[in-house]
Amino acid sequence: MTSSALRIGEPSLRLRLRRAERGQRLKAFALVLPLLAFLALTFLVPIAGMLWRSVEDGEVATVLPRTVEALAGWDGRDLPGEPAFAALAADLREAREAGALPAAARRLNYDVNGYRTLLTTTARRLPSPPEPGRAAETLLDISPRWGEVETWGAIARARGPLTDFYLLAALDLKRTADGTIVRAPEDTAIYLDVFGRTLGIGASVTLLCLLLGFPIAYLLAALPPRRSNLLMVLVLLPFWTSLLVRTTAWVVLLQSEGLVNGLLVWTGLVDEPLRLIYNRFGVYVAMTHVLLPYMILPLYSVMKGIPPSYMRAASSLGASPLTAFRRVYLPLALPGVGAGCLLVFILAIGYYITPALVGGGGDQMISYFIAFYTTETVNWGLASALGAVMLLATLLLAGVYGRLVQGRSGTGDRGL
Amino acid sequence: MNGGAPRTWQQRIAWRLTVILSALVLFFLMAPILAILPLSFSSGSYLTYPLPGLSLRWYEEFFTAPRWTSALRNSVIIGIASTVLATVLGSLAAFGLARWRSRLKPIVLAVVLSPMIVPVVITAVGLYFFFAPLGLTASHAGLILAHTALAAPFVVITVSATLQGFDMNLLRAASSLGASPLTAFRRVVLPLILPGVASGALFAFATSFDEVVTVLLLAGPEQRTLPREMFSGIRENISPTITAAAVILTLLSVGLLVAMEGLRRRSERLRGLVPR
Repeated sequence: MTSSALRIGEPSLRLRLRRAERGQRLKAFALVLPLLAFLALTFLVPIAGMLWRSVEDGEVATVLPRTVEALAGWDGRDLPGEPAFAALAADLREAREAGALPAAARRLNYDVNGYRTLLTTTARRLPSPPEPGRAAETLLDISPRWGEVETWGAIARARGPLTDFYLLAALDLKRTADGTIVRAPEDTAIYLDVFGRTLGIGASVTLLCLLLGFPIAYLLAALPPRRSNLLMVLVLLPFWTSLLVRTTAWVVLLQSEGLVNGLLVWTGLVDEPLRLIYNRFGVYVAMTHVLLPYMILPLYSVMKGIPPSYMRAASSLGASPLTAFRRVYLPLALPGVGAGCLLVFILAIGYYITPALVGGGGDQMISYFIAFYTTETVNWGLASALGAVMLLATLLLAGVYGRLVQGRSGTGDRGL
Repeated sequence: MNGGAPRTWQQRIAWRLTVILSALVLFFLMAPILAILPLSFSSGSYLTYPLPGLSLRWYEEFFTAPRWTSALRNSVIIGIASTVLATVLGSLAAFGLARWRSRLKPIVLAVVLSPMIVPVVITAVGLYFFFAPLGLTASHAGLILAHTALAAPFVVITVSATLQGFDMNLLRAASSLGASPLTAFRRVVLPLILPGVASGALFAFATSFDEVVTVLLLAGPEQRTLPREMFSGIRENISPTITAAAVILTLLSVGLLVAMEGLRRRSERLRGLVPR
């Protein structure tokens, strides 16, 4: 009886439940929507715009349309023919009158040094009225550089609408006129170095944070709550203190007349004040200080979950403290070590302010160059390409971090 | 308490070593902040010990010199506005996310939290390109929007943490007793999650108040904030006014920390009342 009644009522009940659930889901999503829309406008779209700028290349085609068209089928091995020379002469003449030349000159100058001068001199010295059929001769007369394949290659590479020029440049690579990818010349190939330096500083600071953070996290987890809470304040206060305050403090302490050098000289350990700031040492010290709480907090939260009885069990089974630590405690603390290291590393490679204030010229990290090309030299394509490479690296690391943290809560549940 | 009651001599040594190392690390963390405090009371204009004498002249300069007062005003305006925006948007989203069951949820969560992970300089450069044609660079509005985007994830995380201990049955109980959804939210949910919302707001304020990268790229001379002014102060001429500013900012941090701790305790107490 009851079972048949249920069966009759079932479809409508299920339908109603599903409808109610859908309503719930919509209502919940409606609450998330404002933030999502806000972030789309102030975060996702701007970053997508930056990524677009790293591959977009329209300036040269707008200023030199005929030249770009004449070079469309060019293979990049031999000099282009008379039509290309004629097109360039016509484009230059027109661009000079319209005052549009600087935009193209700037873009081509990113590619080949001295292009700006070449383009403006050529435009200025073009004969007027034009002499039909003698464009190649005239241009070669003005500058022999028009007789080089790479000079034309630069225009061909910048024909747009899309380019891999900036992304390749961010990795110290460039294309030759015939399209093969080669290493960029020595004087412009600095970015792999900068990326390497960024990762190196990030790794060193992460290691320093781990070495300094492990004992204190262990202590905080081991002490009774009343006392560990007190010590935790000493970790949290620097964490809440402004980055600029902490950086100021290190500038004041480490400068040549600063407190640290004063103590060193006074105790007779050194005769001359040491150079402790505006170099790599200063960057390591200040960044480790700023990022240390980000290591301590995840370590602490994992260590807090390790039951003390495990260590007691290990030693009652005859393990020495060192063995017990190595074989029992360390494997259990490892997820915290991983999470802390990744977090510190991700934050460290994005650092800009601290190295800019306590580092020297050779200690600037990738963020510095991104900001520099955005506001100082206005090479937005390169700034965007460097940003794109860095964004990719960060998102990959963040993905690993997400996995790690998720995995941790999973094993944590099973452990309990 | 592992190690709390050491028994063998090896354990005792290991414990001592941990304590000594920890003390050194805590000294490393706290000493720089404490070391610059006295310098702000110096009567001389060099940032060196020993102090030639004591005075409040740098505090006086901080509170009267136009570049510092306008920086303080900008920081407060931008900080409060972005805190309000981030708290409203972030709390709503956290509440929605807590009740939303969907396969898309991890993706949405990743998007919502990503401003925290993406290096600030990338966000700032993207906003610089995006805001320039809209006339939002060198404006307070642009900085408020930027800081809201950076601060909102912190609100989402803090409020979500509070909601984890929240029993949704309370809402059902309220509506079964005749409360409208709005009344139920206002009278039952809000008081319980308020400490979480408040700590989210404090996080948001601290984020905005401390942020300097977007300010460096987006602000004009009229929008320079306190950290921005300190940045150029360190770069150009480091005067003791910076240490006065540092002391005031540190006092603010202490205040924020105390408020956070108070809220955490309150939230725990309130959640203790919730039957599970």
